[in-house]
Amino acid sequence: MRNYDIVVIGGGPAGLAAAKSAYENGCHSVLLIERDTKLGGILNQCIHNGFGLAHFGEELTGPEYAHRAMVELQETASGVEILLDTFVMEITSDKTIYAMNKTDGYFEIFAKAIILAMGCREKARGALAIPGTRPAGVMTAGLAQHYVNIDGYMVGRKVVILGSGDIGLIMARRMVLEGADVLACIEIAPQPGGLARNITQCLEDYGIPLYLRQTVTAIHGKERLTGITVSEVDENYTPIPGTEREIECDTLLLSCGLIPENELSRKAGLAIDPKTGGPFASESLETSVPGIFACGNVLHVHDLADNVTKEAIEAGKAAALFVGGTKETTSKDAIDNPKEFPRKVVKPVEESKQEIADDGAYGVRKMTCIICPRGCQLSVVLSDPPIVSGNSCPRGEEYAIAEVTHPMRTLTTTIRVRYEDGSLGRISVKSNGEIPKEELFELAGKIHHTIIDAPVQVGDEVLPGVVATSGT
Amino acid sequence: MKYDIAIVGAGVVGASIAYNLIPYDVSVLLLDKNNDVAMGATRANSAIIHAGYDPKPGTLMARLNVEGNRLCEKLCADLSVPFKRCGSFVLAFSDAEKNTLQELFERGVKNGVPDLRIIDAGELREMEPGIGEEAVAALYAPSAGIVNPWELCLAQAEVFVRNGGTFVGNAEVTAITKSNDAFSIETTNGEFETANLILACGIQADSVHGLIAKPDFQIVPTRGEYFLLDKSEGSKVNHVIFQCPNELGKGVLVAPTIHGNMICGPTSEVLKEDIEDTATTSAKLAEIKTKAARSVSNISWRDNVRNFSGIRANSDNDDFIIREIPDCNGIFEAAGIKSPGLASSPAIGPYMVELLKSSGIALPEKSGSYDMTRKKIHFRDMSNEDRAKLVASDPAYGRIVCRCEGVTEGEIRDAIASPIPPCSLDAVKRRAGTGMGRCQGGFCGPRIVEVLLAQKEDTSPLSILQDAEGSNLFFTRETEVES
Repeated sequence: MRNYDIVVIGGGPAGLAAAKSAYENGCHSVLLIERDTKLGGILNQCIHNGFGLAHFGEELTGPEYAHRAMVELQETASGVEILLDTFVMEITSDKTIYAMNKTDGYFEIFAKAIILAMGCREKARGALAIPGTRPAGVMTAGLAQHYVNIDGYMVGRKVVILGSGDIGLIMARRMVLEGADVLACIEIAPQPGGLARNITQCLEDYGIPLYLRQTVTAIHGKERLTGITVSEVDENYTPIPGTEREIECDTLLLSCGLIPENELSRKAGLAIDPKTGGPFASESLETSVPGIFACGNVLHVHDLADNVTKEAIEAGKAAALFVGGTKETTSKDAIDNPKEFPRKVVKPVEESKQEIADDGAYGVRKMTCIICPRGCQLSVVLSDPPIVSGNSCPRGEEYAIAEVTHPMRTLTTTIRVRYEDGSLGRISVKSNGEIPKEELFELAGKIHHTIIDAPVQVGDEVLPGVVATSGT
Repeated sequence: MKYDIAIVGAGVVGASIAYNLIPYDVSVLLLDKNNDVAMGATRANSAIIHAGYDPKPGTLMARLNVEGNRLCEKLCADLSVPFKRCGSFVLAFSDAEKNTLQELFERGVKNGVPDLRIIDAGELREMEPGIGEEAVAALYAPSAGIVNPWELCLAQAEVFVRNGGTFVGNAEVTAITKSNDAFSIETTNGEFETANLILACGIQADSVHGLIAKPDFQIVPTRGEYFLLDKSEGSKVNHVIFQCPNELGKGVLVAPTIHGNMICGPTSEVLKEDIEDTATTSAKLAEIKTKAARSVSNISWRDNVRNFSGIRANSDNDDFIIREIPDCNGIFEAAGIKSPGLASSPAIGPYMVELLKSSGIALPEKSGSYDMTRKKIHFRDMSNEDRAKLVASDPAYGRIVCRCEGVTEGEIRDAIASPIPPCSLDAVKRRAGTGMGRCQGGFCGPRIVEVLLAQKEDTSPLSILQDAEGSNLFFTRETEVES
């Protein structure tokens, strides 16, 4: 039997920030439970960049973001206890936690407060009820991401992405860089689901067509996927007969939405909001059960890890105040007056507002800025020097000018590592800053053919112009 | 070597026959065209142990169904196979359908189905509150049950192998010839000699029969599609809920599964071209939704976990065909084992053994002892106290690998060490239950791949299969990023 003031369930970005915040707000009896053998959660397989601008003030890859969050936790909240490789089986409304691992066996923990930070999972094929056969080669984009980025397996050669969620877009680029043909990205809605900048840097950069108002209506192939049928849909997302076409492919990656992971919450009797899929929560992120708080994607699906961190800091603070007795429970509010979360509204890409008229002399190029998640729509008059409009910050102007003169990109990929015992593993790497867009494949190829020796630490230069974003 | 008996087809029927031959001092070979047992109708059906009021009185089907149902409970207990006698309802939606209930009731009584009775709408709703508004009465059969069908097959096949039986997979029979007093079986995985032959070939029953003699029956492969819904839906019904057959067709069932999910289906469609086409179709899936909604009104279809279809070995014969093939001494068959084949299967093995004996096949009893039971750990079905004890004695059970179904590393290790080791992700799924849940292997997939790679030294990731031969998961990276 163990007692803690606060137990945080889940060691991804939400759990890391919530534990740190609870500790910093005066609660020094905090336990963080993570089911994996390392902290960081799904960030570890998100080797691409685009994280951290809001919270850390610089652009990071997923593993780097996780690393920073862990370092912060160790530095400022070193008293937080961490249990890795430990699975929470059940939580009860009186805040008893049943957990187990190989070292401690099956055990109970009593907490004064619990912070749920279990994240979310992907919608699988079943939830979409796509008819057809059930061959190998149909999987969620996140599973493919694990196989490719963590395990180093090639999951397909001729790939179609269904759904234009960010993970799908990111995996489209990733598969191209790994040598696959990505034939299409198919989205049932009239607008893409992912960030505008990911449409630019993951699809447009590689000439991958995005088909809107279409969906997969049949899956073919007995053992391995051999092809799919794609149909146009009407305004109710119902396939329109007669619009079917076949695409030959061996892999279909699904990126059709995320679902908060609330099996533990349901067992504990938390009221679940059917709109978000997560628990109802008060302004201070307390659920309908007094003393159980929630943050991050378990509460509602966020677009950005930075926003998860921000919310988790609030949850950690609220839990600490609750435990410290300086704050009454707000669990009634969770039901009576629940906090509204910004529902993800995907709106059609806005046209640039202050567009400069093309006087015909130079021509105008329009583009989505990829510098930050905002995705400003830029117009560039191709004069010398080019004139940029539509940007919200000076970096947008820099980006647009570079884009029409010498486009630059950051490469993120993985590299093989040989450990001391001779075995091979894989870590994530990125180009040291941006490189000319046309050199992406060359550098990716060089990295692919290299095996580096362990040990490697985050930030080490492993090849000229290539730095490690995760360590051995 | 020459076997005394070879069984072709390792579905639940072939496995039952193999299992029931354990007490005899004969060498038995179990062959299957697939890379695992339970790869046909056995793994894709309604998973119901029918009570036995459906078959016509006096048929073999009626007898074996009721007998199989009776045997199932002890068999499953002996083999650690999950089984629950949850009872079933046949719903009547009109007065006319009440007459159908009466007919079924009378048939059931003649067939020897225990404790059958017709209940009114009030009692029905008390027992099953979620039932649809239209239902006016029901036939209640308390002896009906639900089971894990592939585990019932696997368990019998495993115990058969553990007792010295031989299983050979990937062995599709291409020719059967008689030479002297033995049969020679040519397969895609070697040639085998046997004194006696038993065919239990499911939807291939007529074509394999045709390798020996012109079949006097024809299999009518009939595809049934299903929805398998999340556990959140599984608790909405406590009984197997059938509909009366009517002018619109046979109706669909709604039932809890032994894993705690909800199953809805099947449709019925005769396959004419590819008899192994287990695709699902949007039209049939839509049909299930419409029909099932009459039985249970508040099914949440967006909580669907998986759609699948299975192919029933219906035949142009009204009854099961279990016999020594006419004019083919030493060759037996169990053909046309349509629904309720799964429910009948525990009785088909013993029936076949009696048939062999009465045909003069020598079946001397084993002189030594043998064990026909199997013990298997199902961690998630254990109490907290038992879990704590188990993990303390063996830490491998302290690590969850499949989060949705709560399957532990220890259970996967047990599966790998079982008498018929798994050769694919889905084979591990059939043995340990991994990847059965709402994320469909999205989380545990990479972990199972690791386990399969560690099974044998120098296993290449390229050889890892999702399921059948040819369902390889990964490609080489040779073609990449040189440009």
